[in-house]
Amino acid sequence: MSTVTSAVPSPVPAPHHDRLPPTLRLAVARAGIELKQFFRERDAVVFIFAYPIIMMAIFATVFDTEVQSDGTVAVPFAQYFLPGILATGIMLTSFQTMAIDLAVQRDTGALKRLRGTPLPVTAFFLGKVGQVLVNTGVQVALLLALAFIAYDVPVPDAAGWLTFAWVLVLGTATGTVCGVAFSSVPRTGRSASAVVTPVVLVLQFISGVFFAFFALPSWMQTVASLFPLKWMAQGMRSVFLPDAAKALEPAGSWELGTTAAILGAWLIAGLLVGTRTFRWRRRDDG
Amino acid sequence: MNTTPAVLVRDLHKHYGAKRAVDGLDLTVHPGEIFAVLGPNGAGKTTTIEILEGYRDRDRGEVAVLGVDPQRADRRWRSRIGIVLQSADDQAELTVRELVHHVALYYPRPRDPEQLIDAVGLSAKASTRVRQLSGGQRRRLDVALGIVGRPELLFLDEPTTGFDPEARRSFWELLLGLRDEGTTILLTTHYLDEAEHLADRVAVVRDGRVVALDAPAALGGRATHEALVRWQEDGVTRERRTPTPTALVGELARRFAPDEVPGLAVLRPTLEDVYLEMVGEAPRASAGDTTVSTPLEEAVR
Repeated sequence: MSTVTSAVPSPVPAPHHDRLPPTLRLAVARAGIELKQFFRERDAVVFIFAYPIIMMAIFATVFDTEVQSDGTVAVPFAQYFLPGILATGIMLTSFQTMAIDLAVQRDTGALKRLRGTPLPVTAFFLGKVGQVLVNTGVQVALLLALAFIAYDVPVPDAAGWLTFAWVLVLGTATGTVCGVAFSSVPRTGRSASAVVTPVVLVLQFISGVFFAFFALPSWMQTVASLFPLKWMAQGMRSVFLPDAAKALEPAGSWELGTTAAILGAWLIAGLLVGTRTFRWRRRDDG
Repeated sequence: MNTTPAVLVRDLHKHYGAKRAVDGLDLTVHPGEIFAVLGPNGAGKTTTIEILEGYRDRDRGEVAVLGVDPQRADRRWRSRIGIVLQSADDQAELTVRELVHHVALYYPRPRDPEQLIDAVGLSAKASTRVRQLSGGQRRRLDVALGIVGRPELLFLDEPTTGFDPEARRSFWELLLGLRDEGTTILLTTHYLDEAEHLADRVAVVRDGRVVALDAPAALGGRATHEALVRWQEDGVTRERRTPTPTALVGELARRFAPDEVPGLAVLRPTLEDVYLEMVGEAPRASAGDTTVSTPLEEAVR
C-alpha cells in the first residue's frame, strides 16, 4: 500500500478537451454488465427467465391429451397454453425484471453511485432496454422451439408472424416502462420481489394464462381487460390458434385494434408516471 | 499554478422542514490539499458534501466546485470529480476486476484498471465477487472506483468507519499518495486521529455551520493555549496552568537542582480536548433528532 505513489500512473495536467466516451458504446457496455449480473442471480434466472419454459413443459406434458373447448370449437391444450405463457414471459422479462432490479439497485445505492459518474442517463436506460431485449428474445425463442418441436404446435403463417412481432415489441416496451414506474412502489430492495411477484401472479390467473380465458367468470374477464397481460395473451392467441378459435373469445373476434390501443395507453401512462417518479436515491435519503 | 479554489461555499443553507441541516456554512478548499470536515452526527457534514457532489439542491447560498455550480452538473464536470459514498453494498455479483474495468469505460482518460487494483491492494481479490469482500476491502474498492477516472477532486464520506487500525493505516497511505499526485481531497470523518494524520486543514462543523477552521496542530489555539505543568513534590502531584511553561520549568529545575524534577510533564490540549470543547454542548435546534449522539460518545467511537 505504501507504494501507491509509484504504482498509480501519475496524472497528466487536467485536459478539458478529452472526448467523453460515446453514449451508444456505454449503452452496450451497460447491457452487458446488467446481463452478467442478472444471470448470476439464481432466483432471477429461475423465476423470471426459466419460469415460462418450465411451466410450458409441465402443463403441456400433464394435459397432453386435453383440449380447451366450449363444446363447439376445440384447441389442443399446448396450443392454447403457448400464447398465454409467451405473454407471461414478456411480462416477466420486461415488467418484473425492471421493477425488481431498479428497486434493488436504488436500495443498495447502485443507482446513486452511477448518478455520481459521467455515465449518461440515456446510456443507463438503453442498457436496461438491451438487457430486456436479449432476455425476452432468447426466452421467446426457447419457448417457441419447445412448443413447435416437443408439443407439435403449428407454426404460424407470414401474417401471423407480423402480428407476433408487433405484439412482442409493443408488449415488451409497455412492460419495461411500467416496470420503471412500478419500481418506486416497493419500500426496500428486499421487499421488491414480494411486492412485484403477487401482482404478476394474479394477472396470470385472471388473464387466461393458466385457465382458458373464456372459462373465467365474466367479472374476472372485465378486471383482466383493464391490464395489458390479457391483451398480450389474446394477441398471441390470434397468432397461434386457428382463426375459428376466435369464437372462443368473449367478443367473438381477436380485437387486435383494441389490443394495440390498450397496450399503447399503458405505454404512455407508464412513460408519464415513470419519468416523473424515477429516483436515483432511496426515499429516506433526503 | 491553479489558484481557483477546488471548492468554494458561501452562506450555504439547507433546511428539512424546521430542521436546519446546513445553516450558513462557509468553506474554501484549496487545490491539492486534504481538507477534513469534522463534526458530530447530524451536524450537517453529509448534507453539505452531497450538495457539493450534485446529489442535493441547496436552499440558499453560493457553491462552486471546480468552478462549476453542482446543480448545473454535466458529464464533463462529473468526469473531473470522484465520489466515495458513506456506505455501499451494491454490484455484489460482479468481481472486483469486472467492476473496475467497467466503471473505467465511463471516463475520458481513466487509470489503468489492473494497476489501480494493485495500488489499492486488491490484486489477490481481483477475481473475487464483490459480495465476498471484507468491509475494508470493499471500502478500498469504493476508493478505486472513485479515482479510476483520475479526478481532480475526490470526495470521501467517512471513509474508514469500521476499519481495524492496520487497515486504516494503509488506507491513509493510499490517500496521502493521491494527495502527493495532486488530487484535492475533501473528506468527512468522526475520527480525530484521522483528521490529525491526514488533513492539511480541518473544519469543525456544528449545527450546520463551521465553528473552527485551521491546521490540525493549531486548531482551537492548541499551539498557543495555556499549558499545564505537572510534577511531584513532597509526595503529592502538583499542577499549574501557565502561558509561560518554559519559565516555570526553569524555576522548577533550579529548585530541584542538581536532581531531576520528579514526574515532570508539560501538557497541551489534544485535538480531542479542543474538539470536545467546541462541540461540547448539546447541539441546538436538533431536539428530537435521534441520530445525534453526545460529543463524548462521538469521541470515543
